[in-house]
Amino acid sequence: MTSPPTPPAPTPPAPPRPPTPSPRAVVRRIGFYVLVGLVTTFFALPMLWLVTAPFSARPGFSVDWPDFTLANFRSLTESTDALPSLYNSAVLSLWTMAVTVIAAALAAYALSRVRIPGRDGLLYLLLLLSSVITGTAAMVPIFQLMFTLHLLDKDVGVVLVLTGGLLPAAIFILKDFMDGMPRSQEESARVFGAGPLRVLGNVVLPNVRPGLATIAVWAVVQVWGNFLMPFLLYRSPEKQPAAVTLNTFYTQGGQPDLALISTFSLLYSVPVVIMFLFVSRRYGFRFHGGVKA
Amino acid sequence: MRPTSAPAEAAAIRDAAAAAGAATPADASGLGRRRALTFVAPALLLIAVFLILPALWTLYLGLTNYRLTGLEAAHPRFIGADNYTNALRDREFHDALGRTLLFVFGSAIIGQNLLGFALAWSLRSARRWVRGTVETLVLMAWILPGAVVAWLWIAFLDDQGGTLNAILHTPGSDWWFDHPMGALIVFNIWRGTAFSMMLFGAALSSVPPSQLESARLAGASGPQQLRDVVFPAIRGHLLTNTLLISLWTFNDFTPYLITKGEPHGASAVLPVYIYLTALPGERLGFASAISLIMLLINLVLALVYVGVLRRRSA
Amino acid sequence: MKITRVTALIMATGLALSGCSGAASGGGTTTLRISANSIEGGKNTAKAEWISDYVIPKFKEFERSKGKKVDVRFEGTGVDDAPFKQKAALDLKTGTAADLIEIDGIWVGEFAQAGYIKPLDQTVGASAGQWDGWRQIPAPVQAIMSFNGRRYGLPTGTDGRVLFYNKKLFAQAGLPADWQPKSWDDIIAAGRRLKTLEGVTPIQLNAGTAMTEATTMQGVLPLLAGTGQEIYSNGKWQGDTPRLRQVLDLYREIYSTGLGDPKLQQSPQGRDESFARFADDKVGILLESDYFWREVVGPNAEVAPMKDRDQTVGYTLIPAMRPGGGIRGQSQVSMSGGVGWVLNPRTKNAALAWELLTFMQSHDAVKDEVRRTAVGISPRDDVNAETLTGDPLLRFIATKVLPITAVRPGLAAYPQVSTALQKATGDVVAGESVDRAARAYERNLERAVGGAANVSTG
Repeated sequence: MTSPPTPPAPTPPAPPRPPTPSPRAVVRRIGFYVLVGLVTTFFALPMLWLVTAPFSARPGFSVDWPDFTLANFRSLTESTDALPSLYNSAVLSLWTMAVTVIAAALAAYALSRVRIPGRDGLLYLLLLLSSVITGTAAMVPIFQLMFTLHLLDKDVGVVLVLTGGLLPAAIFILKDFMDGMPRSQEESARVFGAGPLRVLGNVVLPNVRPGLATIAVWAVVQVWGNFLMPFLLYRSPEKQPAAVTLNTFYTQGGQPDLALISTFSLLYSVPVVIMFLFVSRRYGFRFHGGVKA
Repeated sequence: MRPTSAPAEAAAIRDAAAAAGAATPADASGLGRRRALTFVAPALLLIAVFLILPALWTLYLGLTNYRLTGLEAAHPRFIGADNYTNALRDREFHDALGRTLLFVFGSAIIGQNLLGFALAWSLRSARRWVRGTVETLVLMAWILPGAVVAWLWIAFLDDQGGTLNAILHTPGSDWWFDHPMGALIVFNIWRGTAFSMMLFGAALSSVPPSQLESARLAGASGPQQLRDVVFPAIRGHLLTNTLLISLWTFNDFTPYLITKGEPHGASAVLPVYIYLTALPGERLGFASAISLIMLLINLVLALVYVGVLRRRSA
Repeated sequence: MKITRVTALIMATGLALSGCSGAASGGGTTTLRISANSIEGGKNTAKAEWISDYVIPKFKEFERSKGKKVDVRFEGTGVDDAPFKQKAALDLKTGTAADLIEIDGIWVGEFAQAGYIKPLDQTVGASAGQWDGWRQIPAPVQAIMSFNGRRYGLPTGTDGRVLFYNKKLFAQAGLPADWQPKSWDDIIAAGRRLKTLEGVTPIQLNAGTAMTEATTMQGVLPLLAGTGQEIYSNGKWQGDTPRLRQVLDLYREIYSTGLGDPKLQQSPQGRDESFARFADDKVGILLESDYFWREVVGPNAEVAPMKDRDQTVGYTLIPAMRPGGGIRGQSQVSMSGGVGWVLNPRTKNAALAWELLTFMQSHDAVKDEVRRTAVGISPRDDVNAETLTGDPLLRFIATKVLPITAVRPGLAAYPQVSTALQKATGDVVAGESVDRAARAYERNLERAVGGAANVSTG
């Protein structure tokens, strides 16, 4: 920790703090920085491997100062489907995110504003059902369903299946944002003759932007990491997303190839991290009043 | 779904007002029940076709001896509750359930809740860059893909070159082997605290500062402020958070990616147990049955939570 | 079957969107699709390269010379066996599979029982039996892709299991460089001598569920064969039999007296670590297939290369429990497996797909495949006669091991039986008594194979 243990007098301190530091405040401040230091270390340490191993000539499980080779990245380009699969993941995630956010926003708004009997119970039931559908047992039904609908090997099929699984939680979280929003603005918009879609689009959605951003990031993250569903539902290797690619790095002897795994893991992680940083900077990534039942 | 004409809208408002009754707040958005249904329809349709239908189908498979291959694939037979009785009698199922409850209790209910709250509480008045850095790191652990995270923790706790052993100067300590559940719990605290931190962050910002201020002026210590002012205000969030992280932890499959249930089943939580028992033989009927059992346990968790919530509001 | 009724219900919801599926041909060009669990730049990359760089261009050229326009599309992937099998089964079930699929020979029986694949003479017709290549493939190798005496596909290779040992360590322990154990006791005796060396794991005998099939194929099954028993015979699975207990006793002896390292058996990366230790001259004896020799400790291998492999690593046949005590009265035993190609029975171009398959298994193509890939022992005698000369171990396997080997039963219940066996050995290694482990095994077995009626305890 680089921070001095003395209270930071010259810089403007955080708002609710007494002007003169008491000894107890100093102790508290030290305690705070110790906690922050420990937590930062705890969360950062496991991630170190992700930044060192890809640049090592022969990565193992240890974190060493790498010899900064780019050979691993070069050998990744040799596999024809590896880098395009990142693009596939992006397309798949963005479509799923778009459909999820739109459908969830419409539904959450309606559920938040109009009382439907048994609404909460229904939402809970759907949340629970969505855990069944992610299990391996559901693969046969889903596969046959998609076959019957002629949606195998099609982006739209995978998008719809993934969306179906994500919607309950998305509605659940988003509805809470909508519940927490004051209704006076909607009323006044309506007085000026705006229809419900206009009210939703011009008044409600701008107000719950952090909520939409949260759902969007969450949806992208879920799709980005999903292996089994795209693997089973896509036929063509060139359509498979990055989660599938990450599972294919074995050496000729059938052992996991740590060089390619770590390198691809880095490339695979960077987009979601960048997206998260962008979204949280731009819209704020947090919960509004908190998720309430 | 274009906005309709004004009279229709007015009618819709009347409908909604009539439906909602006097006790509920007015339908400020002028949505009306019918239009509300149109709004819900796309989500409902997607959920019905791509979630409810396969889920019910899966639950039906649980009553058969269906397998992916072999004779039972061509001619599945209805066997009623056999899958359920087999599962419930299985000692390994009981062990896996016990481990899962420990996992949920240790990593979610205690670990993520406490650390998440501690972070939200101490960061709320921290300087911007400190708060930004810590929050970003914690959130990164949450958004990295599961497969990547699994490799990170295999490497981190590796007995030979792992970072932890390098720091503690304990080369050769095999954490995944010696303390599989302990390691998993620590792992899951790392993985999932972000959600609790954010949720509590939002909750704390809704506690009026004036109340804290007056408590402090009245001479209340930090712990007293927490007990008397903060907790009553965020109890609902605490419960919601506990429910969601419990459910997610309960159904989390990432432990398989790290330990494959080893050593000798000592880290086989329920989702891993399902995978290990049902998949080598592709006994999909059996797997469906256990999925339903898990769903029921989840339901019990949810009901307990809803019950606590009711009691609070009563 | 009620499932179809649910399907009908989905249709009735009127959601069926239009779209055409799968195999297509256009402009007079017929397109064939082949799929395998190999991918360029990833798992089994050499096989994928062989298909893309050799098979496809050569086959197209071959067809063009006959005036036919044919296109071949390779749909490769590179994932764990379990998801690959799941996908192959679902593909075949709905008919959306590629025309040719490479599957593990052990899946043939269960796929056939499920109706996912059909015998070649049914899919292709009588001409399948007239292929001249059959004469080059020995009957035990043909059996890899057969079920109930009928051929379902063409094998791409086979393997065999032997005991590997480290001659350096043997010399240090005063054991012969030309070691030929006659019984299990000889193995234990050698292990005791090796135990006197510092930092050496005397015996690595795979156990437990972390090693998955490696425990069964490189552990339980060859040992059980050494007691004179096969896991499935006369329509019954072997339960808690005296011979199974003899196998578990051997595990107990090795892992309770420090002749083996229990920890290696219970760590997810245990097998890799056992390889690394062997290459590091820290494991005395290890039961493995020829894959170990070629791909793990081969001088140019990536896993755990040993520059001095040919001098340091010895190999010998796995002895039966006592001379003459193995299956068929043998004094040595082994196990074999292999993968192979099957035809999608619903292919629209069965004749052409068969033409492609026999092209892939022709002398020239197999020779090219062996040159590039991990195939050790090819299915064809004529190719083996040319390629195995340079490798003493492969010659040893082809001439000494294949005649005494056995294969696993290709039934749908096998994977679960295998898991039950893995658990039983895992129990023993973790310190359970043989009695409890064997009884728990029988309970698991009964559940796996549908009741006690299918289990023999004799």
